[in-house]
Amino acid sequence: MTNGADQNGALVLPPALVLRDLAKSFGSTPAVDGVNLEVRSGEFVTLLGPSGSGKTTTLRVIAGLTTQSRGTVEIGGVDVTGFPPYRRNVGMIFQNYALFPHMTAAQNVAFPLEMRGVSRQMIEQQVANALALVRLENLGQRYPRQLSGGQQQRIALARAVVFNPRLLLMDEPLGALDKKLRDALQLELMRISRELHATVIYVTHDQEEALILSDRIAIFRKGRIEQLGTGADLYDRPLTLFVADFIGEANIFRGRYQTEPSGGWLVQDAGRWRVGSVAAGRVDLMNGAPAALVVRPERIRLDAEDVAWSSLSNATAAVVTTALYLGSMSKYELRLSEGGTVVVRQQTGIGGREYRPGDRVSISWPIADGLLVADAD
Amino acid sequence: MTDSWRQPRRILMLGLGILTAIFLVVPTLVVIPMSVTASTTLTFPPEGFSTQWYQKMLTDPSWSNGLAHSFQVAILTALIATVLGTLAALGLVRGRFPGKGIVNAIMLSPLIVPLIVVAVGMFLLYVRWKITGSLVGLVAAHVGLAMPFVIVTTSASLRTIDRNLEMAAQTLGAGPFRTFLRVTLPLASPGVLAGALFAFMTSWDEVIVAIFLGTVRFRTLPAVIWEQVNESIDPTVAAVSTTVLAVTTGVLLLALLVRRRQSAQ
Repeated sequence: MTNGADQNGALVLPPALVLRDLAKSFGSTPAVDGVNLEVRSGEFVTLLGPSGSGKTTTLRVIAGLTTQSRGTVEIGGVDVTGFPPYRRNVGMIFQNYALFPHMTAAQNVAFPLEMRGVSRQMIEQQVANALALVRLENLGQRYPRQLSGGQQQRIALARAVVFNPRLLLMDEPLGALDKKLRDALQLELMRISRELHATVIYVTHDQEEALILSDRIAIFRKGRIEQLGTGADLYDRPLTLFVADFIGEANIFRGRYQTEPSGGWLVQDAGRWRVGSVAAGRVDLMNGAPAALVVRPERIRLDAEDVAWSSLSNATAAVVTTALYLGSMSKYELRLSEGGTVVVRQQTGIGGREYRPGDRVSISWPIADGLLVADAD
Repeated sequence: MTDSWRQPRRILMLGLGILTAIFLVVPTLVVIPMSVTASTTLTFPPEGFSTQWYQKMLTDPSWSNGLAHSFQVAILTALIATVLGTLAALGLVRGRFPGKGIVNAIMLSPLIVPLIVVAVGMFLLYVRWKITGSLVGLVAAHVGLAMPFVIVTTSASLRTIDRNLEMAAQTLGAGPFRTFLRVTLPLASPGVLAGALFAFMTSWDEVIVAIFLGTVRFRTLPAVIWEQVNESIDPTVAAVSTTVLAVTTGVLLLALLVRRRQSAQ
């Protein structure tokens, strides 16, 4: 262990997990291509990305189930590169539960303790505690096939935490469950990981799940982390077009970035939009570089056609093409006078009026709400 | 309407089926009544009832030794072939090494190569090694013949096992050996068990290699039957055949029972 003390004498814990320049190729195709990540103890970090982006491979390398082609894995300050999975002391949860079908739920939970040579009495007690933690204390004698999907995944969770692993890895654990069960288990996962102060690395392709559960989210793309940050970071301050598009709904205006004495502009063939100075300062773009302006649907305001526009807003005329009433929200699709479409979400019932297809309206958004990102591809 | 042309066809099919069954089963079953005849010659239908031929089978040393040898060889063959075959299947299914296809083909070759060729080859070799007419020689030969069955059934079972289970066991702290013992083997046990029964049967009723490698001192039951039928037509042959049949049927029933219990689980 490399536990040390800082200048003030406070104990400095090593990070729970450090990945350095991790890479893995299958044949000549790189699945993971230079991943760097540092996770604090007790943090819940989600690896989020489309399928084939390298998130699951990264998880398997951390578990030791796949050997990396390059780079190192440090768990709790110990370099475990080259350690077999059974010496990493890492709990893992699989999408298909991976419960041993020939053992009862309690025997499944006892398995990691038996492997560690824990005494019979201790095993009994710890298995009971773990089953109580996942609220299945009465189902210990059932075989996995006698349990529902949600119950099986909770047993898998109990099995993965019963030996106090240094890390908890989850590979789309809720992917095989239906929506309602998934929502319930999400809350369970949050409760349990907080109760245990567990460090969790969670893999999913469901952005909503990632936003709900995570302290931080790593957006994976083509074997790399495209952006790492809190949900708010990714939603409000995306660094790339991919991230902006992947997290949440986005209206994307693609064009070129232009600087003028009057400020920054995103120039399209049919029109141009002002870019806020904060957004422009955040991404380092050359004059004339391909770029995109991203505006979230709920930041766009709809008004009657003849309203006066503020100089602090981008605004244009549009025609409503679709209007969807969603209860607390209305969702509109509009065609802009410059061409192209935008999506707007408006909260209902706070004075905003309802529009119908064919209505002529004006749309506007505060310049500061437009997110400028590089358009690399 | 359709019944009118179907009906005679059905009767024909049924008739053919029954005839085929009779053709297949009767020669097997005919030894049972013949084994309890009171007569001193093999006759059908049997005359009277007597268990003397079973007594002779158990008391006449050439028969009783054959019976004992058959059990020894078959049980040892089943044990050794099951252990080796399971390990071979594990390597062939899970392992990745050059020449795997060739190794697989060699392992399974006893299923394809004519038995007489194998028997002659083994005979020539074993004579040189001086292990003909011995337990070691026959078990070695039968293990070679029985192993492919174990490999085939165990491989089939191994392929159905979710690899995630083995990975889960490893993340939970089980090394490769304990993962095999606690997870892989129990889950592959239907195939392993079926293979063991097949191995037993292969050895139990194997006659060609048994004749080649058998000597007066050490012979298995099928070899004794072969010799006795050639020399005299004593109803003991029928009693012995019935015994062989009973053991074979018993093992098959056991296999069926195991299978049913597993599919019920």
